[in-house]
Amino acid sequence: MLLEVCDLDAGYGQTQILHGVSIRVDEREIVTIIGPNGSGKSTLLKAITGVVRPTAGRVVFGSDSIAGLSPDRIVRKGISYVPQTENVFPSLTIQENLEMGAFLRRDLGRERLPRIYEMFPDLVSKRGDRASRLSGGQRQMLALARALMLDPTLLLLDEPSAGLAPMMVDGVFDKIAEINQTGVAILIVEQKARRSLQQSHRGYVLATGQTRLEDTGERLLANPEVRRLYLGG
Amino acid sequence: MDIIGNLDYNIAFVVVAAIYAVFALGLNVHWGYAGLFNIGIAGFFALGAYTSALLTKASADPRLFEDFKFGGNLAASFEGIPVVGSLDLWFVVALLGAAAVCAVVALGIGFLTLRLRGDYLAIATLGIAESIRLVFLNEKWLANGSKGLYNIPRFLGDVVAPRNYDYLFLVVVLVVLAILYLAVERITKSPWGRVLRAIREDETTAAASGKNVFKFKLQAFILGAAIMGIGGALFAYNVRFLSPLTFDPLLATFIIWAMLMVGGSGNNKGAILGAFIVWGVWTRTQFLPRFLGEPEFRLFLIGFIIVAVMLLRPGGILGEGRKVSRPAWQQKTASPET
Amino acid sequence: MATLKQVARWVPSHWGAGHLVLAGFLALLVLAVSPVIKLDLVVNGLFLGAIIGLGAIGLSLVYGILKFAHIGHGDFMTLGAYFALFLLSDLFPRIGLTGAGLGPFTFGYPLLLALPLAMLAMAVVAIALDLGIYRRLRRRGVNPVVLAMASLGVAIALRGVVQIFWGGGTEQYPRVSKLFYRLPMDVRIPPDNLFVGGLTVVLVVALYLFLTRSKMGKAMRATSDNPDLARVSGINTEHILWWTWAIGGALAATAGVLLAVSQAQLVPIMGWRLLIPLFAAVILGGIGNPFGALVGGLIIGVTSEISTQWLNPSYKPAMAFLVMIIMLLFRPRGLFGAKD
Ligand SMILES: Nc1ncnc2c1ncn2[C@@H]1O[C@H](COP(=O)(O)OP(=O)(O)O)[C@@H](O)[C@H]1O
Ligand SMILES: [Mg+2]
Repeated sequence: MLLEVCDLDAGYGQTQILHGVSIRVDEREIVTIIGPNGSGKSTLLKAITGVVRPTAGRVVFGSDSIAGLSPDRIVRKGISYVPQTENVFPSLTIQENLEMGAFLRRDLGRERLPRIYEMFPDLVSKRGDRASRLSGGQRQMLALARALMLDPTLLLLDEPSAGLAPMMVDGVFDKIAEINQTGVAILIVEQKARRSLQQSHRGYVLATGQTRLEDTGERLLANPEVRRLYLGG
Repeated sequence: MDIIGNLDYNIAFVVVAAIYAVFALGLNVHWGYAGLFNIGIAGFFALGAYTSALLTKASADPRLFEDFKFGGNLAASFEGIPVVGSLDLWFVVALLGAAAVCAVVALGIGFLTLRLRGDYLAIATLGIAESIRLVFLNEKWLANGSKGLYNIPRFLGDVVAPRNYDYLFLVVVLVVLAILYLAVERITKSPWGRVLRAIREDETTAAASGKNVFKFKLQAFILGAAIMGIGGALFAYNVRFLSPLTFDPLLATFIIWAMLMVGGSGNNKGAILGAFIVWGVWTRTQFLPRFLGEPEFRLFLIGFIIVAVMLLRPGGILGEGRKVSRPAWQQKTASPET
Repeated sequence: MATLKQVARWVPSHWGAGHLVLAGFLALLVLAVSPVIKLDLVVNGLFLGAIIGLGAIGLSLVYGILKFAHIGHGDFMTLGAYFALFLLSDLFPRIGLTGAGLGPFTFGYPLLLALPLAMLAMAVVAIALDLGIYRRLRRRGVNPVVLAMASLGVAIALRGVVQIFWGGGTEQYPRVSKLFYRLPMDVRIPPDNLFVGGLTVVLVVALYLFLTRSKMGKAMRATSDNPDLARVSGINTEHILWWTWAIGGALAATAGVLLAVSQAQLVPIMGWRLLIPLFAAVILGGIGNPFGALVGGLIIGVTSEISTQWLNPSYKPAMAFLVMIIMLLFRPRGLFGAKD
């Protein structure tokens, strides 16, 4: 088991959003969490990465308990996170965005850069441009690339397909599959999750801050109730 | 100790502290209730003081204002001077005039800046205060420039004997303070005040629930500025001499901030209490030995008090009272500590 | 033009505005040559603008990265200038370091030593104030306006400290008067202004290289762009804040010393009085954009200097305020910022 979240509580100020959420991600697995808007999916990812401090529960990564650590220490352990929005540095160049992804390990960054450009060839010609000039799909690619700079073992993706044109969505999910092939476990959070579940090993349903269902991707897709409630029939 | 002398000193003390309390009330409307950061109190202070002085009828001695165009002449040139019995109501007209002028200026600044991020207001109020000071300094025709206005007539100066005048003025100041206190209490406890606090707590949520955030902030800014204008008018009648140097940021802005912070912002009683405490500390510390009594040290002290209260007791002495909600500085923002 | 493009990349958002400013400046220069505006005022306005710009660069960095209006910045300038005064008039003479009238300048070589020490001192003071005050408030998760409020208290207290040690009167660095340079078209330049201009260029280039070439500088820009993303990228934003304060404090000290040199006097209120021009420059250039702040400073310096041709010179701060208000009306994000 790579990541285990147990009975996690978290929220903002005095508003508690997550109520005892439990999930796990195994090595090399793709796991998707689906749930309606406002159910706490983003909050869960923020709690795992330390952007929001959990108020109760356990988060274990590998063999370390990481609940309550600061984000830079959690990143150092090998978890990378792509937020739902504002997931690039707009006034930095593409190249600088990638360098920031490897801020913690400059040596590793230098080594990874050619590898990342190889994986995301579209970025090469734009390396000197500012990120604010990228299109939505390119920006999402840059966000993925930035997150991969530290060679993580687990990648957290918050609605990677939100707001993208259908063609772009395919591109993003193909890239996700490709990343997974290199041995990176991936935890995806999605609202409209058909595409995501199709290529996931397992999935969870999160509603009003609690985990409601757990199953394999295929079985969740086949579950009539899940289809009716979360997948638009 | 000379009992009479002591009494006079105490009366003078209460008068000044009460005038400061008026400013603290105005600032409380801005900061305590609406979260508006005004660091140009001195601007409204000066505007209120000069306006009332210029509007006051120079009944006693026309030579007092001979050096410049306005002043007694301005008031005398109005038709139908309101006189009730033997009482000359120019005082009231002047107070309201001071409030009105400040309100208009606040409307202008607020309109320009209240739609933008919160700290723009601070910079704009600082700028307007400095500009107002410069105008009074440079435009001699307006208010006698750096020589200033002097011998501003006493309100009801002919009703009582000069030696009893201080008691009368004390009563006047306390009555004005009481009226303003009751008014502000009422307004801030009204639904309007509750909306204001909701905006201060969480602007996005308030806006999402359909409140016109800009309008409420603008109203609060105007109300607080008008109260400050009245404070300025009372000040003018008390010192009876105004010059652009009078409105030094230390005694016309910073000390008022210290008063509100000490007393407890968001609490009108706290604002008044803070004014008396800080003015008490200010006037007594000048008797401290060696450098402690120097104005330089007291300047440091004012800054220190503001920071210390924010760090150690953000609610001040009285706090916000019935906790409808947490004060602005205890409010959690979205992202937790770095 | 390639370099301009590079510079513009440092500016958040499209650099068409960069052209706009350049055109504005050329227009100003053309105007200056015409008999309407005295060229002398324009040239010396640029030097004043450089000083405002140096202060504003630090203020803008702090504003962009810590997200609050640091009201104490003017008094950072004051304290820096007075710290140099302490070195020049008290400490250095005791160890035999004296002198004035170095080359064409009014000051002596001790100032060249006092300046970096003052920069260092203010960098330390700025970090210490953050650790002692701002960080605690930040941890409490307060609103930016509350931090600004605290910085007002800091501003007052710092000025109090200056007055406790030096009193409220005017002071001077050790100096010998020098003749102004007389250039064609009635332009008269005090020699010290060459030092002001030269040092500004050196520091701005150094800062530019730091922000675009060094890892820490890039991380500063990243944090300014998006602090949350910076944190989840593994950037220790606390360290970034220290760097920001250090640079802001050091540049404020520089601006304070240069102001004291070029005005040939120090008064405790000198920095507070400059607060409006500083903020005007920051807003003109777009919050968080150091290059913009410098341009803003130059514009403010020139406009307020030109205004003295028609207005009483004491209206200069009001001019800065007026420019700022006009900016807030038409382009609240600044010359280089994206349209809303
Ligand atoms: N920064 C924040 N501050 C306060 N409340 C928030 C914040 N972000 C999200 N919330 C609230 O938390 C709840 C869950 O939000 P989120 O985790 O973003 O849901 P999802 O990603 O599933 O749409 C929502 O009710 C939202 O209003
Ligand atoms: Mg979400």
